[in-house]
Amino acid sequence: MKNEASREDSASQFNGENSQSKYDFGGKWQPSELELARRAARAKRNKRSAIIAALSSFFVLGGLAVIAVTSPGWKLLSDTFFKWAYGVEVLPKILLGFITNITLTTIATICVAFFGLSIALVRTSKAPALTPFRILATVYVDVFRGIPMLLVILLVGFGVPALQIQGLTNNVLILGLTAVIITYTAYVAEVIRSGILSIHPSQRAAARSLGLNYVQTMRHVILPQAFRRVTPPLLNDLVALIKDTGLVSILGVTDAVRAAQIASSRSFNYTPYVMAAIVFLLITIPLTRFTDRTLRKSIEQQNAQGLA
Amino acid sequence: MSNSVLEISKLRKSFDTELVLEDISIKVPEHTATVFIGASGSGKSTLLRCINLLEPIDDGVIKLDGEEITDVEINPDEVRRKIGMVFQAFNLFPHMSVLENIILAPMRVKGSSRDQAVDQAESLLKRFGLLDKAHQYPDRLSGGQQQRVAIIRSLALNPRLLLLDEITSSLDPVLVNEVLKTVRDLKAEGMTMVLATHEMGFAKQVADEVCFLKDGRILEWGTPDQILNKPQERQTQEFLKQVNEAGRL
Repeated sequence: MKNEASREDSASQFNGENSQSKYDFGGKWQPSELELARRAARAKRNKRSAIIAALSSFFVLGGLAVIAVTSPGWKLLSDTFFKWAYGVEVLPKILLGFITNITLTTIATICVAFFGLSIALVRTSKAPALTPFRILATVYVDVFRGIPMLLVILLVGFGVPALQIQGLTNNVLILGLTAVIITYTAYVAEVIRSGILSIHPSQRAAARSLGLNYVQTMRHVILPQAFRRVTPPLLNDLVALIKDTGLVSILGVTDAVRAAQIASSRSFNYTPYVMAAIVFLLITIPLTRFTDRTLRKSIEQQNAQGLA
Repeated sequence: MSNSVLEISKLRKSFDTELVLEDISIKVPEHTATVFIGASGSGKSTLLRCINLLEPIDDGVIKLDGEEITDVEINPDEVRRKIGMVFQAFNLFPHMSVLENIILAPMRVKGSSRDQAVDQAESLLKRFGLLDKAHQYPDRLSGGQQQRVAIIRSLALNPRLLLLDEITSSLDPVLVNEVLKTVRDLKAEGMTMVLATHEMGFAKQVADEVCFLKDGRILEWGTPDQILNKPQERQTQEFLKQVNEAGRL
């Protein structure tokens, strides 16, 4: 029945806003026999589809579960990965570590947004004075987008302290954070740049013909539209960033991954890793769903503009 | 002819190796409309973009109110605020409401206060019968309404000169009329205009001078009657015959 209603909604939208008043002759209209029969047939078909879907899901998923649980290795598997009592015991430590991941993500997001936007602006501008910066920005993006982030973390985290320069920190947390920022700035700069380039030149022409200068055109016309367009890919990068903060554990930062590693090596049981995975998923899955919804909205918006 | 608002002499423009405008010289006196006709690719749009300094020129001089705007020392942003331009594809800002589209330039360029800019925008919208659309977004408007908003947006800076670049080319025939009426009203109020159009009937009504552009040159020019009814050049005649057959005269 719910299906029925939404189908009618979209039909009335298709006919234009006034379809209701246009075809509703003073509220006296009653569906014809033929229409009633059609609706009944549709309802019947929907009901049958729902039953088939439920039965098929039950047998396939249930069957797989039975096969897994009854297989000879199941006991060993669940003892190794899903020992819930132990998992709950180590959870506080993992959560404490996860606070580090969240802190890293928050600070990195702010810095990456600022530096990413700056680099995107430098790369898209044509000002002659910025030429050396444009070259540097291009090289920077090419290099750091093209090497594994783990390598950057190792280089910064172990390499910088090896220089033994006075005043430079040896704090692994700050060094790890720096490596994350360096890498993600390169990703985000490219996403924002592609957004800026995706705005049709006619928008720039219209803004300039109104007397707006370059900065005003960027600030009021190009960037607002560009950001709307790249919000979904930026959210994707945010999800990836949350996960990738786990990589700084290699430097000895006690984050959720490191906390799980310590707990696991103490007991030779891998449940702490699974717990850490679940903690990450609790944040990343809702964020991914949110990203999907934003993407869908953004596509609808662009389609609406295309129709106009 | 007293003082010309716009004066172009010997303008030349090329894209890479392709010559698009050559030896263009015109004078547009105050309160008059000059209409450019010609096939697609004859250089009409490029000429308008050159006047608005959106395209650099290769040679020649463009003067606005006697001041050379093609001078290298001049600030193009300041020149553009004196020249309004309306585009074939409207080019409204889709992320802003109609009102925000109109007040953007007065606030940012002229430094008007928001109240001042809104007052002016609302009186313009009222004059052109669009006040009820002030808070709509462009994608909720018909093509004709969008184009009228684009015209209003360009009027909000009180330009000395209005450039209209095939503003009806992406509209259906019914919507064309409401846009053309707006332009006729502006003409009646004394706005100085340069237009590129395919609407010959409209050119007749609104133009003081018609120029036929062929391969980047002004081949023939004169009053609407001279050019549209009694063209001398064979190529002008051919062009008008084709337009006539397409049912646009």
